[in-house]
Amino acid sequence: MNNPFAPDAPRGTRIAAWLVAALLLLALPHGLQYFGNAWVRIADLALLYVMLALGLNIVVGYAGLLDLGYVAFYAVGAYLFALLASPHLSENFAFIAAHFPNGVHLSLWLVIPIAAVVAAFFGALLGAPTLKLRGDYLAIVTLGFGEIVRIFMNNLDRPINLTNGPKGIGEIDSVKFFGLNLGKRLSITDDYDIPAVTLYYYLFLALVIVSIVICSRLQDSRIGRAWMAIREDEIAAKAMGLNTRNLKLMAFAMGASFGGVSGAMFGAFQGFVSPESFSLMESVMIVAMVVLGGIGHIPGVVLGAVLLSSLPEVLRYVAGPLQQMTGGRLDASILRQLLIALAMIAVMLIRPRGLWPAPDHGRVLEAKT
Amino acid sequence: MDILLQQVINGLVLGSVYALVALGYTMVYGIINLINFAHGEVLMVGALTSWSVIGLMQEALPWAPGWLVLLLSMLIACVVSAALNFVIEKVAYRPLRNAPKLATLITAIGVSLLLQTLAMIVWKPNVKVYPTLLPSEPYAIGGAVITPTQLLILALTAVSLAVLMWLVHATKLGRAMRATAENPRVAALMGVKPDLVISATFVIGAVLAAIAGVMYAANYGTAQHTMGFLPGLKAFTAAVFGGIGNLGGAVLGGILLGLIESIGSGYIGTLTGGVLGSNYADIFAFVVLIVILTLRPSGLLGERVADRA
Repeated sequence: MNNPFAPDAPRGTRIAAWLVAALLLLALPHGLQYFGNAWVRIADLALLYVMLALGLNIVVGYAGLLDLGYVAFYAVGAYLFALLASPHLSENFAFIAAHFPNGVHLSLWLVIPIAAVVAAFFGALLGAPTLKLRGDYLAIVTLGFGEIVRIFMNNLDRPINLTNGPKGIGEIDSVKFFGLNLGKRLSITDDYDIPAVTLYYYLFLALVIVSIVICSRLQDSRIGRAWMAIREDEIAAKAMGLNTRNLKLMAFAMGASFGGVSGAMFGAFQGFVSPESFSLMESVMIVAMVVLGGIGHIPGVVLGAVLLSSLPEVLRYVAGPLQQMTGGRLDASILRQLLIALAMIAVMLIRPRGLWPAPDHGRVLEAKT
Repeated sequence: MDILLQQVINGLVLGSVYALVALGYTMVYGIINLINFAHGEVLMVGALTSWSVIGLMQEALPWAPGWLVLLLSMLIACVVSAALNFVIEKVAYRPLRNAPKLATLITAIGVSLLLQTLAMIVWKPNVKVYPTLLPSEPYAIGGAVITPTQLLILALTAVSLAVLMWLVHATKLGRAMRATAENPRVAALMGVKPDLVISATFVIGAVLAAIAGVMYAANYGTAQHTMGFLPGLKAFTAAVFGGIGNLGGAVLGGILLGLIESIGSGYIGTLTGGVLGSNYADIFAFVVLIVILTLRPSGLLGERVADRA
């Protein structure tokens, strides 16, 4: 099959292919809108997962560090935004109420860098004690870290109420920038307006595109190559003079920053965060997206994230009729979970290197984390 | 000091359950380097199977004494879990023996999800009350108490461990297992059949997990399709804590983890002046794990791992 996106395709074909792809992506929410806002929501969440998967891919795919606690950074971003953009802090802390009587409301241009930096800090914090660990030991420590973060989110409502415990934080502002409130529908003309979910779609799409650009630049940079060297053979990489400690910390921090931004967007989009959204299963799902799609390969990771995040929702509509076929014995949600589990097993058995693995040009060796 | 003694007893009981499950993780890991994420679900299937069997037996043989019902149901749970794990290994893990390691990990996660869903279909999602089959009158030891169920857990763990040690260190199968763990290809040259050994490992691991599952359910009095997750996670932690791949390490890790958790949650309230409560109990396992692994990157009894990861 001729790939019209490949760098060796004719220039005209390549430009045409990119234009068509761009138009399709821009038109997608309007097409989905036809079936209802729920479908656009699915697309929005899928984009957030693409960002998460791209971030985790830096850690697992490039640097070869298996991180099972990645959702912690998603949580950090979400809670950060929730605290800064809801009345929660003002209601619970007198000195904050004194300074910000109407609550802290931040513009998008501040939210994104703050979320990225704070999450990156947590990423480095997690990375620091794990530098000596490899493989599965690293996996279990990161998993433990994720659980610790979740337990704290669940319990930090006493003695000082920071996270509001299992009840979660609500009344979170929507994203605002340039006077545009993404939480409200945007009226273009009197009888045509763009609903909030679609506005978020475009914001998330822009963020995903930026992420893809960052990832692909990283991949070919000196840092990216150094990460891959560590992934293939850490001792050799060290012998070649690479500073493996700093590089690993950087991978953790870099990957985490994607998770933080994605989490902040999630908080704004949902208007509500609670510890339930950040369970270990979520981390596992993000790892599954990366591996199922094609570890270390950007198009593969995007495919994996889109499939695994939207499939369950789409199956909701397929599972209904199937459920009736079984005489209502099987609940739709159970059937859905069954199909996902079977899909995960089947895909790995048939294509153990992922649905869309990195091409073998002799450069990218098999990921063997 | 009776609170301390009580927490030590509770910790030992909890730790024995972790140890039994951790052995399954560590044996599988030692042989094929796979974190068998579905192992906690095998525990759950064992517990739910025994729950069903108990229900059937109480109807069919109402005269049977409680201990007999419990042990028979445990026996059947062991058989079912063993068969299940045998099939899982054959269908889901064997074809991926030479695939990238992460592929097998994802398959294992898929299997875990699948088992939970199937259990939800077979047993319905509601919480089941696990009947009290042993007398509930506790024995007093010093200032603390221990229930007959807890005593049985300790006894069964000791017996299982003794049998396992005998199996691994004094039988032909055990020698084959150790040889395969060391180097499957060389073992094959020496006439060992690695496939057979790996199947045997999964079967043994499942039997231990089923015993643990039945005891866990009997001790807490409930069973549900999600019950495998947390003990599975803790047992995995215990296995890594002790040094994954090392049988003694798994037992030590399990017992220590149980003790730390139980003593920690008993005292955290008084230690922090009531700021942190026992709802932080689950945090101990992970904090201790991180500290230990930072100091000893390959676990308490683990050998230094060469560049194999």
